Amino acid sequence: MLEGYRGKALELLSSLGADIGDVLQVYNDKVNVKGILMPSYSRDDSVVVLKLDNGYNAGFSVNKVKVTLLGRGNKVVERKGHEVSRPGKVKIISTGGTIVSKVEYETGAVRPALSTEEIIRFVPEIEEITSISAEVLFSILSENMKPEFWVKIAEAVKRAFDEGSEGVVVAHGTDTMSYTAAALAFSLRLPGPVVLVGSQRSSDRPSSDSGINLVSSILLAKEAPFGEVVVNMHGESSDTYTLAHRGVKVRKMHTSRRDAFQSINDHPLAKVLWKEKTVKVLRDDYIKKSDGVEVNAKFDSRVFLLKFYPGLKPDIVEILLSAGYRGIIIEGTGLGHTSSDFQEAFRKAVKDGIFVGMTSQCLFGRVNMNVYQTGRMLQQSGVVPLEDMLPEVALVKLMWALGQTSDLNEVKRIMLTNMVGEYNPRHSLDHFPRWKHE
Amino acid sequence: MSEYEKMGLKVGLEIHQQINTSHKLFCECPTTLDEESQGKLERYLRPVVSELGQVDVAAFFEWEKGKKIVYEVPRKSSCLVECDEEPPHPMNLDAIKLGLAMTLAFNGEPVDEIFVMRKTVIDGSNTSGFQRTAIVGLGGYIKDAEGLVTIQTIAIEEDAARKLEDTPDSVKYNLDRLGIPLIEISTGPDIKTPEQAKRVALLIGQMLRLTGRVKRGLGTIRQDLNVSIAGGVKTEIKGVQELDMIPKIIENEANRQRELLKIRDELRTRITRDDFERKVKEKDLTGLFTSSRSRLIQSELKKGGKVLGLLAPGFKGILGRQVMPGRRFGTEVSDYVKALAGLGGIFHSDELPNYGIVEEEVQRVAKELGTGELDGFILVVGPEEKVRKALQVIRDRLSQAFEGVPKETRAANEDGTSKFMRPQPGSARMYPETDIPSILSRELLEDAKKIMPSTPEQKLKELMKMGLNEELAKQVLNSPRLDQFEYLTRKYTNVSPTIVATTLENTLKYVKSQGGNIDKITDEDIETVIASVNQGKITKDSIPQILLEYSTPNSNTKIEAVISKYSGISEEELINLIREVVAQNREEVKSKGDKAFSLLMGKVMERVRGRVEGKKVAELIRKVMKDETG
Ligand SMILES: [Zn+2]
Repeated sequence: MLEGYRGKALELLSSLGADIGDVLQVYNDKVNVKGILMPSYSRDDSVVVLKLDNGYNAGFSVNKVKVTLLGRGNKVVERKGHEVSRPGKVKIISTGGTIVSKVEYETGAVRPALSTEEIIRFVPEIEEITSISAEVLFSILSENMKPEFWVKIAEAVKRAFDEGSEGVVVAHGTDTMSYTAAALAFSLRLPGPVVLVGSQRSSDRPSSDSGINLVSSILLAKEAPFGEVVVNMHGESSDTYTLAHRGVKVRKMHTSRRDAFQSINDHPLAKVLWKEKTVKVLRDDYIKKSDGVEVNAKFDSRVFLLKFYPGLKPDIVEILLSAGYRGIIIEGTGLGHTSSDFQEAFRKAVKDGIFVGMTSQCLFGRVNMNVYQTGRMLQQSGVVPLEDMLPEVALVKLMWALGQTSDLNEVKRIMLTNMVGEYNPRHSLDHFPRWKHE
Repeated sequence: MSEYEKMGLKVGLEIHQQINTSHKLFCECPTTLDEESQGKLERYLRPVVSELGQVDVAAFFEWEKGKKIVYEVPRKSSCLVECDEEPPHPMNLDAIKLGLAMTLAFNGEPVDEIFVMRKTVIDGSNTSGFQRTAIVGLGGYIKDAEGLVTIQTIAIEEDAARKLEDTPDSVKYNLDRLGIPLIEISTGPDIKTPEQAKRVALLIGQMLRLTGRVKRGLGTIRQDLNVSIAGGVKTEIKGVQELDMIPKIIENEANRQRELLKIRDELRTRITRDDFERKVKEKDLTGLFTSSRSRLIQSELKKGGKVLGLLAPGFKGILGRQVMPGRRFGTEVSDYVKALAGLGGIFHSDELPNYGIVEEEVQRVAKELGTGELDGFILVVGPEEKVRKALQVIRDRLSQAFEGVPKETRAANEDGTSKFMRPQPGSARMYPETDIPSILSRELLEDAKKIMPSTPEQKLKELMKMGLNEELAKQVLNSPRLDQFEYLTRKYTNVSPTIVATTLENTLKYVKSQGGNIDKITDEDIETVIASVNQGKITKDSIPQILLEYSTPNSNTKIEAVISKYSGISEEELINLIREVVAQNREEVKSKGDKAFSLLMGKVMERVRGRVEGKKVAELIRKVMKDETG
């Protein structure tokens, strides 16, 4: 298979009978080199990509060089890691992303390393902490996550505890990790910690944060005193410690930094010092471990997250209703507002049995719809203020609530109940970060 | 045939030169060094596992040290990209164009499509754990008096972070240098003599400077050498900063390889490798040294350390054999111990008794280990875990002596010797950088052609056409300040190129010879002075005095302040001054008439030297005298 080749280069390589991994020679009057034929990721269909003896890749246009086939390459045989059957004290469930991966130096391909054996080879320190077992649940990109996968993860977590695991680590891509965390938090009653972990620097690079995040998460899953879903990622840009954030109060706040995940309107539950191998619990109001594991993972995804902006027209609400949506979470301005034009549309929606809840696009702070006239009018229309709940968490919670009941009053009751710490009734001064200005 | 040709000497050069682009290779930060830190980062790197479970040997070697890496994060010259907190931006095409221009200048072949690779480096000098590098050209040659030297590859890569300090537990870098574009030019192993290597390095350096697009100053150019002799092994020697040291380093390395081959041959006459490996043994000798007078041993024992001995069958007299000036085979072994086991040093039988270890102790060690007539021994002192590791390292190194020259990467020392740095990296080291799109070179070739360096012959002609005499033109051509000369002459057209050239090539030397601290004189200072001449604020004659006064050690004046002292005076002021001088010397003028001119000239010049040209003074004196005498 001449992966990626097309046009002139494909024609020539096919006529030579060459395949990826074969040794080719390219030459003209100025240059004469040999190298291994690589899969093409070229922008030009006349270019043949070779890996030279010195390890570099370089592209040569068949319009300028002659190409001959020198020899057949060794086929790269992918080794499958075999599963260790004994159950570990901590279960690692992989859902995608590459918290652990290996590089195929020949082609540069990065493949996930997901067997127990491979994970231990990558992070040998794990063996000093506890025994682990690993399961590949599925392998999807974080951005392709869907509510039906949340259900599968919740069930896998239950299985793990039923099998006797003391804690569970869920390896997850970072983009939508906080949505999954919220979904699991609403769906599970837990006899131990469930730790979601990922990496902001992929594990195919020596500077990856995945090793430290993974080893800290395993430590946390084994030793944390709570029965909660948390996200455990780097606490700062340095490789010093990780922070365990409550799954319903955490948000990815940076596109690329290691410490992108932050607790919003909340403080982290625990700090993990990977070098010292200790877990420092930072709060005592965590959810205690339950006696057994219960799962209730039903989601109705006919819910919309509506971000209000100047100029947005109320007809969007009509469109959602006619498309069959059953709930709307508004990400309003400031204390929880939309333009007063929306009042009528929301009134109609609520009358039709649609749940409409209000959060703030400020993210920090609490909505308060009593301070201004518009807020009061929106409340009269039936819009429910959702305190300091994060918009995405409110969205997931509403999916879950609609999965439980179709009675609007019951949905409203669920939405206003502080189930797993998604509401923080007390905000202190230090719940808001300050940026350096001088 | 020279001595080195007889030895089968083969040398290849790798020249790394910083490129003077407006921003770094993979981000928008300036390419200037910056000491002002906005904080520190603490990181650890771990080697990446390959498909087959292999880890690059060099990478694994660094990782095993388990060092903490600390980065100073400079405010102006780093951003999230250097901190490894943001993916790299697309590559700086100005750097690629220079690489292509040099490829064309060497008559090589540009790579049609350029791919950025990751070269694993986990000593912390790159925050990512790899250096990004791309080959842009292949082939070509340069002509040298002793024959053609081929060019193998031309690569564009990012410079590493700047090392600030290195301790056994941590290593500290500044991120300012990380990401500055480098051009790497590698020659084939065609160089046959130490002197030829220096000449070729000089020529490549000159061609780079002729583009006017490279940085200048300490640390902006580095030479790595690949040296082998017949029967030896290609050894990489890193970090040669002084061109003048190249021949000596090569000579020393060639001789080292020859000595190691002699040692191999001699060992083989004494004992086979198999027998060596069977007979070599270690023993805890701590008990022999409890009341030793050696301070090192006493202090280690107090801390709970151990003294272990290793019997080295067949090595009597070899451990003390000199392989390089001031460095014995034992020193080579000791360097391995330092680098691989993190222990300060070793004692070997060929250097004892010494260092507080007395003859009686030596006798007892020999007895304990059962040292035979041709055997040597090595003592290692320190914490037991490290000592055990050290003994393993020593066994391996001694065993390699039966094969000859081990494959090593060595670091150049300032005295022209070199020492073991790490094992040479293997092939499990390079993999594609998937964050950067590939680059088609044909889209850049037109621009590249425009910045190709002229040949030295062409350039010499151009310089002479600008009015420089041949000697001065040659000086400029060979000078690291060539680009500065071009910049200043292009920008300040009222100043004759000869004055600019003289200032850069001769005045600075003069200032130094007069005790001035020329390190204080920055490029900007020189430009300020030339600009002042250009505006007519000062005369060219005042340049040496200004620079000397400015660079006087312990002087804190700004260059502008010195310049204003030498600023020209108006014609009116000058005439008034001349009238004053004439009035003071009225008697002489009256009695001598025109012959008083030289006297007046001397007196006036005493007061205005450097601020106005002599010609002008003479002209005005004549005018005033004419007016006076009527
Ligand atoms: Zn930057």
